[in-house]
Amino acid sequence: MVAKDPGDRYRAAMPETTTLTRSPLHNFHVEHKAKIVEYAGWELPLHYGSIGEEHLWTRSSGSIFDVSHMGRLRISGRHARRFLDRVCTRLVRGMQEGQCRYGLICNETGGCLDDVLVYCFSDDDYMVVCNGANREKITTHFNRVKADESLVFKMVDETESTCMCAIQGPKVMELLGKVSREVPTLKRYRFTVKNVLVMKIIVSRTGYTGEDGVEVILGAKFARQALGMLLKDIGVEGGVVRPAGLGARDSLRMEAGMPLYGHELDEQTDPISAGLGFAVKLDKGESDEQEGRFIGQDALQRIAANGPERKLVGLKLDGRRSPRQGMSVFDGDRVVGTVTSGCPSPTLGHPIGMAYVPAEMAEVGTTVRIDLGGGTDAEIVKLPLYKRP
Amino acid sequence: MSSPADRRYSESHEWFLVEGDLVTIGITTHATDALTDITYVEMKSAGATLAAGDSAGEVESVKTTSDIYTAVAGEVAEANTAVVDDPSLVNSDPFGEGWLVRIKTADTTPLESLMDAAAYDQMNG
Repeated sequence: MVAKDPGDRYRAAMPETTTLTRSPLHNFHVEHKAKIVEYAGWELPLHYGSIGEEHLWTRSSGSIFDVSHMGRLRISGRHARRFLDRVCTRLVRGMQEGQCRYGLICNETGGCLDDVLVYCFSDDDYMVVCNGANREKITTHFNRVKADESLVFKMVDETESTCMCAIQGPKVMELLGKVSREVPTLKRYRFTVKNVLVMKIIVSRTGYTGEDGVEVILGAKFARQALGMLLKDIGVEGGVVRPAGLGARDSLRMEAGMPLYGHELDEQTDPISAGLGFAVKLDKGESDEQEGRFIGQDALQRIAANGPERKLVGLKLDGRRSPRQGMSVFDGDRVVGTVTSGCPSPTLGHPIGMAYVPAEMAEVGTTVRIDLGGGTDAEIVKLPLYKRP
Repeated sequence: MSSPADRRYSESHEWFLVEGDLVTIGITTHATDALTDITYVEMKSAGATLAAGDSAGEVESVKTTSDIYTAVAGEVAEANTAVVDDPSLVNSDPFGEGWLVRIKTADTTPLESLMDAAAYDQMNG
């Protein structure tokens, strides 16, 4: 049995001798009978019994996901803001305390080194949450830019000294109201820092499932205890919020049309083609010199001006067979694009996917073919594929 | 949980059970644990000729689509239609009702280089 998805094969083929990092919640996962797999150099729960059930439970009630493998880089000091505006496509200057912004880290040609969330604690204190698999690459990139441009700031990798969980689902905010009056009043992409006993807990109204909910960052040492308290207070035994693994996280983000690095994004793919133009401040530094220009800005301005050659689209298929990463997209007999992600959608009940196709074919309603045993029709549909009611 | 001792196992988590000149192929509990919720099964039809190492079909879950490989050469004698109608059988009874395909072979020697149950279970810790 060998997975067709190259990403999946890579994970399965990781050498066993690699030292894997364990989440501070490892014992919690084991107690809850998780199927543990290696991902981005970490041992993490793939599921706790059924990916499909965890997926549907997130859509109807609530789930808690351990995402401690995501990189957490604290960046503070004199040039912290200037540096972040240099490496990030999104505008960081002017961010308010308690605000998060999604952005891309690009190379000079506009290709994505990673997609990140920037948290603003003050105008000289930030945190960058990056993909686990890119943490080393991003740290190296940041240090190089820092040295090349003689910038002064401190970067501390807090990934392994902290723990990060996502709590997502339609019933989550109401439940969190039981333990905090403030958290349910947070607006989307805002965060607060709560002091609970001796713990500092960062709670942001963000997520990667298409559901309402929060992401929580707290000290590794207290994580297991805090999770126990939280689940007791909000009643995990009653089963409103249940643990869910990386498998459901992936199918949920696909339905929500959210890109995953290594699938929709890579160093050869620019954010404009990926439909992430909203996260690119194309005129950074042009009306306010203080903002500076970001790495890749020239290239992205050209791509935006000419229009991208290919675009990321949603796919909807009939039948039971799903498109998977790396499969070709055909117009008649001609290969015109590539599938980046796909699965049988648990919520929608039919196979879905995402793919890059030529811009002129990206119109909603266009029919393409996917190379699934003789070829299957797929309809190009709007992203996100699923929007919460 | 130990795998049945009456069959051989591949590193890619297929099992092979020999009965006369028929070899039944399925996937192990370790495989179904990783995949969960199998949503679709498509095996090569009866009469198809396969070489050792060929794909005998595909199993699809929310997580991924996987090729199922045969370690023996021969002709597909029967594909399990029950798992096509109800793919969850593969999850609930991977070593029994959830078998996938049966191959008629003249040579079962390639199975000798595969693992026995003890070695397979040890590989999966």
